[in-house]
Amino acid sequence: MDFSQLRDEAKEEYNSLFETHQPLILVGSATCGNSAGAQETATAMVEKLEEHNIDYKMVEVGCIGLCYVEPIIAIVKPGKPWIFYKEVTPSRGEELVESYIINNDPLPEYALGTYGEGIVEDIPLLFDLPVLRPQVRRILRNCGFIDPTNIHHYFAHGGYHGLKAALETEPSQIIEKLKNSGLRGRGGAGFPTWLKWQLCIESDDKTKYIICNADEGDPGAFMNRSLLESDPHSILEGILIAGYTIGAGKAYIYCRAEYPLALERIKHALNEMKEYQLLGENILDSGFNFDIEIKEGAGAFVCGEETALIASIEGKRGMPRTRPPFPTTSGLWGKPTIINNVETMASVALIMQQGENKFGSYGTKESKGTKTFSLVGQVKNTGLIEVPLGTTLRQVIYDIGGGVPDGRQFKAVQIGGPSGGCLPEQFLDTIIDYDSLAGAGAIMGSGGLVVMDQDSCMVDVARYFLEFTQKESCGKCVPCRLGTRQMLDILVDITEGKGKDGDKELLLNLADAIKGASLCALGQSAPNPILTTIRFFEDEYAAHLDAKTCPALHCKKLISYVVSPEKCTGCMVCLKSCPVGAISGQKKEPHLIDLQECIKCGTCFEYCRTKYDAIERTSPPQEGK
Amino acid sequence: MDEGVQEILSLYQGDKSELIPILQDLQSKFGYLPGELLKEVSIFTNVPESELYGVATFYSQFRFTPLGNKHVMVCTGTACHVKGADQIMEGIERHLGIKDGEVTMDLEYSIESVGCLGCCALAPCAMVNKGVKSNLTLKDVKRLFKKSKKC
Repeated sequence: MDFSQLRDEAKEEYNSLFETHQPLILVGSATCGNSAGAQETATAMVEKLEEHNIDYKMVEVGCIGLCYVEPIIAIVKPGKPWIFYKEVTPSRGEELVESYIINNDPLPEYALGTYGEGIVEDIPLLFDLPVLRPQVRRILRNCGFIDPTNIHHYFAHGGYHGLKAALETEPSQIIEKLKNSGLRGRGGAGFPTWLKWQLCIESDDKTKYIICNADEGDPGAFMNRSLLESDPHSILEGILIAGYTIGAGKAYIYCRAEYPLALERIKHALNEMKEYQLLGENILDSGFNFDIEIKEGAGAFVCGEETALIASIEGKRGMPRTRPPFPTTSGLWGKPTIINNVETMASVALIMQQGENKFGSYGTKESKGTKTFSLVGQVKNTGLIEVPLGTTLRQVIYDIGGGVPDGRQFKAVQIGGPSGGCLPEQFLDTIIDYDSLAGAGAIMGSGGLVVMDQDSCMVDVARYFLEFTQKESCGKCVPCRLGTRQMLDILVDITEGKGKDGDKELLLNLADAIKGASLCALGQSAPNPILTTIRFFEDEYAAHLDAKTCPALHCKKLISYVVSPEKCTGCMVCLKSCPVGAISGQKKEPHLIDLQECIKCGTCFEYCRTKYDAIERTSPPQEGK
Repeated sequence: MDEGVQEILSLYQGDKSELIPILQDLQSKFGYLPGELLKEVSIFTNVPESELYGVATFYSQFRFTPLGNKHVMVCTGTACHVKGADQIMEGIERHLGIKDGEVTMDLEYSIESVGCLGCCALAPCAMVNKGVKSNLTLKDVKRLFKKSKKC
């Protein structure tokens, strides 16, 4: 098979999408887009186009990362740049068909930005938008621009060049390239990738395995999901390169079952690879044989830990074990095994495609390259971003994220998932990389960034994380199994106003023991959210413990919902919406909430907030009516 | 039921490492893991029933009771949590008259709180069967399940 010819044909095919008289519509169809209604929008647009007998092309693409304005559609008319549109509901889609595709009014008020050659009046360049300008999209370079179910699109964008180059390179030289690139594992631990591979190569065992960890379990993180759905081949290419380098014959992709679209896209991609001699025997005529199998996770967060993951593939309970021996020496079925995160694999492919120097030209001295992050929570521009390591939290949250919406105050950013920490305002100028956050007691983790505002109760946040790690604890070791349970019980008491003197000290004591003695990183890092919240939000703990109040007005047992008589117009909406009939009152007269009956569900608060804002939460809780 | 199990087992070799995929296929077919079928899986894979149950109960994906026709999975990930997932969950429980982990009497709906669905930018989210519903509010709860028969 002539690889150059294949690439040229693929480029021709991709470019032909833009070189005809037909308008091209690209529909963002990753999970975010679909859940926001992209499929319904696509159907509506197709119906409208067919109604007018318009010849068109429609391609489903992946996620461009601007999740806060999904569904996103791009329209490309012959000779014009791409125009990306935001929040395209079915009716807006129909409007765009009539106004722009059929006529020539591009409706700038609905547009996000343009991409490609040419300017459209009143529409900015897409990559000039404040949310995109600071970003450096390398891992995400194809996401939102190619059809993830068409391998030709991947070929057309340099796909599998890295593999081709690798197959013509000595494994030791590939290791050298990785070393020079400075790539560190993107799953959270940040272990130098070249070293992990080197340790595996050194083993004499003829049977070796590659495992790609796609068990992205950190709540708030979806970087891997997005990449799996939007550019699956970029990961598969990295896996092949890994297999070739260490001399493995098989890889397993361990992907969470909660990612059905990602699994579907990977399965499809594997079938495509077989058609092009990229999987199976004699890959690209090199003599290299390799196979990839998918294993679905079954809902255990702990299986993101490498030894637990291995146990799961072997058909056992996902319980970690002591190390050494490390998987590089004795892993899956006792054989030398490399386990790398999805993004690490994609980084490997990128390095072999575009060179280690380009990769290493971004980032800091010890943390090279770019990293994807999921920026979520109380921030305007929620979505998936990619920035050079060394970017500050402030740049991410304010420049890219647009800050906290609705005029509310920033309180904290949770970074690193349940293993990480909650950092307050004074740390906003800290750079994000593998090491700089350690001083604050946090870790970069796999890349989840959850922004919290004044309405978040930090004691409750700590409780929330403990509840999570407690539930996910495998139960094998005492410090984690019992320690996290004790911590959780204490925190629940504090959030319910039952905290006692000495609780804080006890929490710190327990945290120390659990960190020091747990078998795996789940237990060792479980106390981190408690440690950072106690350290930086001591006043909130004091309020809960001493004054039995919740300053953020969140903890149910410590608040009451009351109607503000001056603001209430007597519209009766809250009365009708109350599920337990706790609100009484006549039309046009201020209503009253019976505090004995009130279950503090928040329904009335939600209904009234945007209209009259006449329902308040007060703390400490009140008595009576 | 027996035929269904045999059909699934015929796709595998009987190796212990196939245990989890077999259980996943069984659950995909029947909606849960019927106890009477697990004995056959135990014989096929040569994994003692006690160990098999140890594996099946370890992973939260596996259920031992049936689901409703519409299974609602409410995401309790961090982003959803800070955007009010707790209240959404309570709202759904109230509306359907069942608690987390239960199924309605008419077997139409079941609820489960799940870990992060990975749709964090559009929090709070829930999955109803394979579809993701995002940016949920308490108003949406009534609208989403308006055709249900509450028990």
